[in-house]
Amino acid sequence: MTEDSAETLSVIVEREIPHPPEKIWRALTQPHLIAEWLMKNDFTPVAGHRFKFTADWGAVDCEVTAVEPHRTLSYSWGAFGLASIVTWTLTPSSTGTLLRMEQSGFPADQRQAYQGAKAGWPRFFANLERVLAQAE
Amino acid sequence: MPYSPDQLFKTLADPTRRAIFERLCRDGEQTVAALTARAGVSQPAVSKHLGVLKQAGLVLDRHEGRQTHYSAQAAALAPLIDWTREMTGFWQSRFDDLEDLLKRMDQ
Repeated sequence: MTEDSAETLSVIVEREIPHPPEKIWRALTQPHLIAEWLMKNDFTPVAGHRFKFTADWGAVDCEVTAVEPHRTLSYSWGAFGLASIVTWTLTPSSTGTLLRMEQSGFPADQRQAYQGAKAGWPRFFANLERVLAQAE
Repeated sequence: MPYSPDQLFKTLADPTRRAIFERLCRDGEQTVAALTARAGVSQPAVSKHLGVLKQAGLVLDRHEGRQTHYSAQAAALAPLIDWTREMTGFWQSRFDDLEDLLKRMDQ
């Protein structure tokens, strides 16, 4: 997990939600409920299941990669030629659930990694903001 | 929907290529020979990676005698920053809609 995050570029959204994990899980996994907050879809919570999210601007090609009821759900997310993985994590809290969504781009290919590339994206992006600021 | 920086993604998805680019960002202009000495892959492989980086607008080449010097064009990375910003906005608003839905759902 740590190694993965070190080699990828991620978008993370995390929110404390005043509802139990079981209820959120239904909203994340039942197609008619997913359609209400995300997109129309033919989702089934079974690892290996291929499905699409569709919207007026196009479609997202997905495949379920991990399902652990009420805890975690992952699917690949392919749109506009970009491959990424979306992972939902549900953690029970005193007031409901801590819901976390992480979308990771640039899946690591360790076979091609070499000394010097190991530090991966965090350092790269730490430097990047400074570099971009200079470029502007 | 988010801007599509697909060529940048494909170009930088390769760790070796990304490391070459990173080195140019960090250490400034370099020759192919200097990059090869540190890359752990052959000079033709490094040249090929530089060609792909150049196509994506991430490096510039400058010829001087028999040597070619490469430099990073960090501003070409802006679409990646846009991607993370736009996807963050996309998911934030999906979370808002999810919360609305949860309020309407039965236990």
